[in-house]
Amino acid sequence: MVTPITPPLYPLKESPSQTAGPYVHIGLTPNFCGIPGVYATDLGATMVGDNTKGERITLEGRVIDGGGNPLKDALVEIWQADADGIYKTRAEPGFSGWGRAPADGETGIFRFETIKPGRVAFPDGRLQAPHINVWIVARGINLGLNTRIYFEDEAEANAGDPVLARIEHRDRVPTLIARGGAGKYSHDIHLQGPQETVFFDI
Amino acid sequence: MKSNQTPIANFFPRDRSWHPKAYTPDYKTSVLRSPSRALIAFGNSLSETTGPAFGHDMIGPLDNDLVLNFASPGMSAIGERVIVQGRVLDERGQPVPNVLVEFWQANAGGRYRHKKDGYLAPLDPNFGGCGRTLSGDDGAFAFRTIRPGPYPWPNGPNDWRPAHIHFSVFGHGFAQRLITQMYFEGDPLIPRCPIVRTINDPKAIDQLTARLDMNASAPMDALAYRFDIVLRGSRSTLFENRLEGN
Ligand SMILES: [Fe+2]
Repeated sequence: MVTPITPPLYPLKESPSQTAGPYVHIGLTPNFCGIPGVYATDLGATMVGDNTKGERITLEGRVIDGGGNPLKDALVEIWQADADGIYKTRAEPGFSGWGRAPADGETGIFRFETIKPGRVAFPDGRLQAPHINVWIVARGINLGLNTRIYFEDEAEANAGDPVLARIEHRDRVPTLIARGGAGKYSHDIHLQGPQETVFFDI
Repeated sequence: MKSNQTPIANFFPRDRSWHPKAYTPDYKTSVLRSPSRALIAFGNSLSETTGPAFGHDMIGPLDNDLVLNFASPGMSAIGERVIVQGRVLDERGQPVPNVLVEFWQANAGGRYRHKKDGYLAPLDPNFGGCGRTLSGDDGAFAFRTIRPGPYPWPNGPNDWRPAHIHFSVFGHGFAQRLITQMYFEGDPLIPRCPIVRTINDPKAIDQLTARLDMNASAPMDALAYRFDIVLRGSRSTLFENRLEGN
């Protein structure tokens, strides 16, 4: 049974988004872009430590525009569960599940060293396949884009995943699945075109 | 392994007519960087309602002071000294405490410390251009900086950005993640800017325009501007909706 507790209130509107612009790396990865000394390290640059439980993986990819060119000014953040399928929502030492990577200025490649996430329940109790939540900002992107990365070598779990099941055009499902195995995965994100990646309204 | 974390309720859906559309051809870079297929919606799971947390121990004493955080000892950044302060709130007007707010900007001449910025205005050797802070228990945040200069950019034949500060804000859920820009009250470049104009509703633009706050200014030191940031709210108190057998 569903019991109303308080009436809905919407006194404020969300601040409207504006593009991250061409210099988002100044703000979010200053050491990477030639501004050393303000912060000791760039936040989100290191996700795993010696004691992190789980299978180590490397995830590399590019964000590609409608002309087929990789974005060299993009910034990608990921958020994932730990090996036990738990999201770490408190600031504590060790694996936090959050990472941030700039696209390389020459190749456009972003790279994360992390672990394969465990499975997380959907609200209806079904288990989601192992996945990484992705948020992309860059010049020319007016509102950050949300997508997910699943894993090619989790075919059975992917087949039962409730979010992948929401995708009506089944030929688009592979746009969310990283290729590879044995700890190394690659995954390009296409903003437009016949391979356009599935983006979510979450 | 299976998680036994309990999901919290969904965020309010994003009002995508309030935000800029992806495809805004007057802002030319959006043309090839805007997805054209429909976004796919689904109810929030823990993947969307949870997000990373950051501790106060991570923040250095000068992280929220762009006047000093890149300056040589005894020096400070050139420009009009300003304090920016406000609160991080959600759509229900509740404070959003202990979330990371990051900001970056051009120097007083409108030049960024970036190898791809070749604008004529000089770099300031004592200005880096980035800062960060955590919101307090009441959602409040503040930082000191110099007012950035406007700058020209290659879009139309003579487009200029109004003076602005870029903001990156975390909520408590990854689906609240937001990047935006703050403008300064009274700047005549605001209504002329193709990036500002990706937003359709003048009230939405007004929400990104910081107000001069004389009462918060520091006499003989710095003017203050007020800028509140609103993140998506959630329905968490609307329904008590427990899942069985999970
Ligand atoms: Fe800018």
